[in-house]
Amino acid sequence: MASTHVNPTRMELTKLKKKLSTARRGHKLLKDKRDELMRQFLILVKENMQLRKEVEEGILHANENFALARAMMQEEFLDAAMMVPKQEVYLEASTKNVMSVEIPNFEYHTKSSDLSDIYPYGYAFTSGDLDDAVHSLSVVLPKMLRLAECEKGCQLMAAEIEKTRRRVNALEHVLIPDMMEKIKYIMMKLDENERSTQIRLMKVKELVLKDALEERKRKE
Amino acid sequence: MYRVAVLGDRDSTYGFGALGLTVFPVEEEEEAKRVLKELLKEDYAIIYITEYYASKLSSLLDSHKNIALPVILPIPGIAGNTKNGVTRIKKMVEQAVGSDIIFREEM
Repeated sequence: MASTHVNPTRMELTKLKKKLSTARRGHKLLKDKRDELMRQFLILVKENMQLRKEVEEGILHANENFALARAMMQEEFLDAAMMVPKQEVYLEASTKNVMSVEIPNFEYHTKSSDLSDIYPYGYAFTSGDLDDAVHSLSVVLPKMLRLAECEKGCQLMAAEIEKTRRRVNALEHVLIPDMMEKIKYIMMKLDENERSTQIRLMKVKELVLKDALEERKRKE
Repeated sequence: MYRVAVLGDRDSTYGFGALGLTVFPVEEEEEAKRVLKELLKEDYAIIYITEYYASKLSSLLDSHKNIALPVILPIPGIAGNTKNGVTRIKKMVEQAVGSDIIFREEM
């Protein structure tokens, strides 16, 4: 598939050979990168699925409790109860480098670490269902934060894997065979040239010899 | 220091307020879009968005797909689970592996 024209010269040949060895090394590196990324991705994506299911179940459960609470309480009291939150969540966000993919890494701090101290209301005018609801949601929260980390990581890694796979394939199936074809073409051309030069030399030698012989014969 | 935002209809989100997340109740698509754009400019590391609005604003979400921060994460709202979350993960596997070989039998 020597589609583009190459000059059959030694210089071109050396250049191509150098390029080929670089491409081979790149191919090997990218393949390793892809394999390692894939391994990490599979671990992460399994955790992701697990977390996703747990979080969705947890939120569903919490929503049921909130629905109960809403049924038991008047709208205004509920609004008032939730108006000023007591708890606060701060995130420390950094990124972790996994095979050149930057995936987010969260660390979270809460204002009060006591789980029973998060209710932003006095208990006088609220129903117990609301306490349950807030509690069930607070249980899901750490998982939700981990899920955010996990899912973003998976997404970024998936994109990177796709990109790397494409590169590996392009090298393996297009670039490297193409270069090998070109090298073969140049080598054949050079060999052919060499042979023709040799033949020419032999012919010339023959002619010169013949002339010399005739010369000697005449002299004798 | 980053904060965490929750975006969605009021009933699905107000519980998160009690936990210290910043809640942004919205009532319709345009409003959600506007609020989300605002949130992206501020220092929120995670934006939870209910699945209903996530599906409405998917183009905006897609444009942030390959950026590490902030993380925009769809969560089921009070309207119920649309299975979008699981589908999302399956899509990722498909993108990475070529076909869904891990979770094919689930669902």
